[in-house]
Amino acid sequence: MELNAHVPSGPIESKWQRHQFDMKLVNPANKRKYNVIVVGSGLAGGAAAASLGEMGYRVDCFCFQDSPRRAHSIAAQGGINAAKNYQNDGDSVHRLFYDTVKGGDFRAREANVYRLAELSANIIDQCVAQGVPFAREYGGTLDNRSFGGAQVSRTFYARGQTGQQLLLGAYQALSKQIAAGTVQMHARTEMLDLIVIDGAARGIVTRDLVTGETKSWLADAVLLCTGGYSNVFYLSTNAIGCNATAIWRAYRRGAGFANPCYTQIHPTCIPQSGDYQSKLTLMSESLRNDGRIWVPKQAGETRTADKVPEGERDYYLERLYPSFGNLCPRDIASRRAKEQCDAGRGVGPGGGGVYLDFAEAIGRLGRRTVEQRYGNLFEMYERITGEDPYTVPMRIYPAPHYTMGGLWVDYNLMSTIPGLHVLGEANFSDHGANRLGASALMQGLADGYFVAPATLGHYLASTKLAKVDLDHPEVKRTEEEVANRTRRLLDNPGKRSAMSFHRELGALLWEKCGMARNREGLTEALRLIPQLREEFWNDVTVPGTGESLNQSLERAGRVGDFFELAELLCRDALEREESCGGHFREEYQTEDGEAQRRDDLFAHAAVWEYAGEDKAPIRNTEQLDFEYVKPAQRSYK
Amino acid sequence: MKLTLHVWRQSGPTAPGRFETYVAPDVNEHMSFLEMLDVVNERLTAEGKEPFAFEHDCREGICGSCGMVINGRPHGKTGLTATCQLHMRHFSDGEELWIEPYRAKAFPVIRDLIVDRSAFDRIIQAGGYISARTGSAPEANAILVPKPAADWAMDAAQCIGCGACVAACPNASAMLFLSAKVSHLGLLPQGQPERYERVQRMLEQHDAEGFGNCTNHGACEAVCPKGISLDFIAKLNRDMLASALRAPVAQE
Repeated sequence: MELNAHVPSGPIESKWQRHQFDMKLVNPANKRKYNVIVVGSGLAGGAAAASLGEMGYRVDCFCFQDSPRRAHSIAAQGGINAAKNYQNDGDSVHRLFYDTVKGGDFRAREANVYRLAELSANIIDQCVAQGVPFAREYGGTLDNRSFGGAQVSRTFYARGQTGQQLLLGAYQALSKQIAAGTVQMHARTEMLDLIVIDGAARGIVTRDLVTGETKSWLADAVLLCTGGYSNVFYLSTNAIGCNATAIWRAYRRGAGFANPCYTQIHPTCIPQSGDYQSKLTLMSESLRNDGRIWVPKQAGETRTADKVPEGERDYYLERLYPSFGNLCPRDIASRRAKEQCDAGRGVGPGGGGVYLDFAEAIGRLGRRTVEQRYGNLFEMYERITGEDPYTVPMRIYPAPHYTMGGLWVDYNLMSTIPGLHVLGEANFSDHGANRLGASALMQGLADGYFVAPATLGHYLASTKLAKVDLDHPEVKRTEEEVANRTRRLLDNPGKRSAMSFHRELGALLWEKCGMARNREGLTEALRLIPQLREEFWNDVTVPGTGESLNQSLERAGRVGDFFELAELLCRDALEREESCGGHFREEYQTEDGEAQRRDDLFAHAAVWEYAGEDKAPIRNTEQLDFEYVKPAQRSYK
Repeated sequence: MKLTLHVWRQSGPTAPGRFETYVAPDVNEHMSFLEMLDVVNERLTAEGKEPFAFEHDCREGICGSCGMVINGRPHGKTGLTATCQLHMRHFSDGEELWIEPYRAKAFPVIRDLIVDRSAFDRIIQAGGYISARTGSAPEANAILVPKPAADWAMDAAQCIGCGACVAACPNASAMLFLSAKVSHLGLLPQGQPERYERVQRMLEQHDAEGFGNCTNHGACEAVCPKGISLDFIAKLNRDMLASALRAPVAQE
């Protein structure tokens, strides 16, 4: 597998500018001759489809939800970073770039990160112009808040619903294009496979989730904007429908899968309450701006929070990381919470939680200010737990939330399959081994509004594609494979639901490949997952038919792919014999329990290549060079 | 606690529907309503029966996918919540629940509790946007927005497009949904150039989809999971009147 990142030469500050000039263009009148498929309608997909449609391309956009407005980007709460330096606190493109590379534990490609930081300011401009109601100061200018892993205030927000407002902005731009006829929207339509002809991505096979019809679509290029794979853990903060099928099928057709073991466990989620639980609810990281995290010093403490005197509380993040305190990066905050709970100092039912306390903030700022900043989050917490966080500290625990790993892409966001571009969380590009808060929205929109619309034209203008039609044997073959898989699931004479298998897989993965991993556990997981997968294919039952809306069938197909992905995740975690960001190998830690990178051996992206059914995948590497940010032991002390 | 559920089953848009009764014998008060339904469906699957379909996704009250009528009220009895954040602690042992899809001409049933809400998308397509070509935006702080206007716009922009307002309305009107978008965009300086044309086009589409008129019952506001205020409908009416009195927008 050839891994050429196609990073433009020259100083990092001018790479993107120069590249934009060097890239070939498609003449405005010729754009309508190109057909582009966009899969997914979240921040990356919605923004890309809208922008490409506006530029004149003929776009087909697909989403499995009933409307493009429902993509899971909508659930992002806290905010979006941008190097505007509106606070005059020393922010700059270079600082955002630096913070992101460092936050990612020096496992991202510098040139991509720099471009992201550079484009961040344009995103805010674009969103404001669309009418995104960001929070404002009294003078009418934009307000900012702080987020983990940064010492400047660069996060723009719309109450606790920033993702919703940004997505609605993209959705509205997309809606305009749908009305204009430049974008054909296909809702309730799920991509089940990628069509590769003569080595290039030329289309997709979908299932209409209402009628069950399997159909092929052809195009000159395909953009996957299908999000991450946290749901491989079953319990995560992702929406129930989030799945890895699109990227997994692309992987099986030849797209390299980079760093699957880089998964992010978000520190501030509402703890699990029972076995029936279907998802975990995130409380925005912005809460860590004013909330203080603590556990009782005494293991096995039975008193309620208000009965534990100040001197018997351990504000462990403030103690361990005096300069960043409660705002240390997510991976660290999560692991330290697990450590406290494992040591028996956890709080709440089963000891699976730590306190996030606002008493001090309410005393300092007054209840009114706290209400203005976090009111909707407090309400949500109360709705779910039945406890009032204004009077009782919140209980939080880490949960799978985001995946930094994803399909490998070059500087142009193109995967190892020519024509297959991958945007947003679905790719691996910008966050290294750990993503900083408020950077996911930034990346999705940078990719969708600005990067892909520029690089896609270059691909189309510099590639000669043969004309293909729906009778092409490769189209027929792919369709048939999809139909066979569906039939196999429907005809299976098993007894267990796909959901029950998913739950079991998730529990296994969380145990062996969750917040902390080790050789023994991963080896065990690699033995158990194939067994469970076989059991799944032998014993899953899918009620109903393939010719109608069938949620059991949708679930089963996704779970089938999660099984394969889970195995690759563990394999990658096993082979990466170091700790970095969200990947923490217990064997590799410093004396005080921090992640220990091994730059001499692992300063690379691991890119997995599919080798065929029941064959071990091949591990390729892309060396990462750090010219501008010198790798160092991350310190948030 | 033990609950008896009467769930609407309907195999397709034109097929006749009926209530089927299921017993949920072991409901835990910490469950969400949808988790309770999951457990019932898991049991149906294990018994070789087909589970009932209901729409859901984020399960944290923001995507707007879920929505059903529980004992006559969209999203259930607690108010200010989407079905996915309705928790079982609000129910009591032995309760009997009638669970139905939204009923409105413009929201045809697809299957069981799932309805087709694409009419909402078409209303947005008719004008629920600010035209701002990617790349053409001025510097963000060049557009000053007074904080009260931004806050008010955000109150309206919070709408999750779930459709409960339509289901609650005796006229099956979508005026609360429509007014939320018109107000969100119309309150901001960026939304002014298209303000009056927007309201006309969106209203036209609203009527064409088969939604009814607003007669100020206020049922929509009462069931809205985001508490979108009826005041926005008043605001919509003012914009509508103003747009009618203005010289027509030049058409091509």
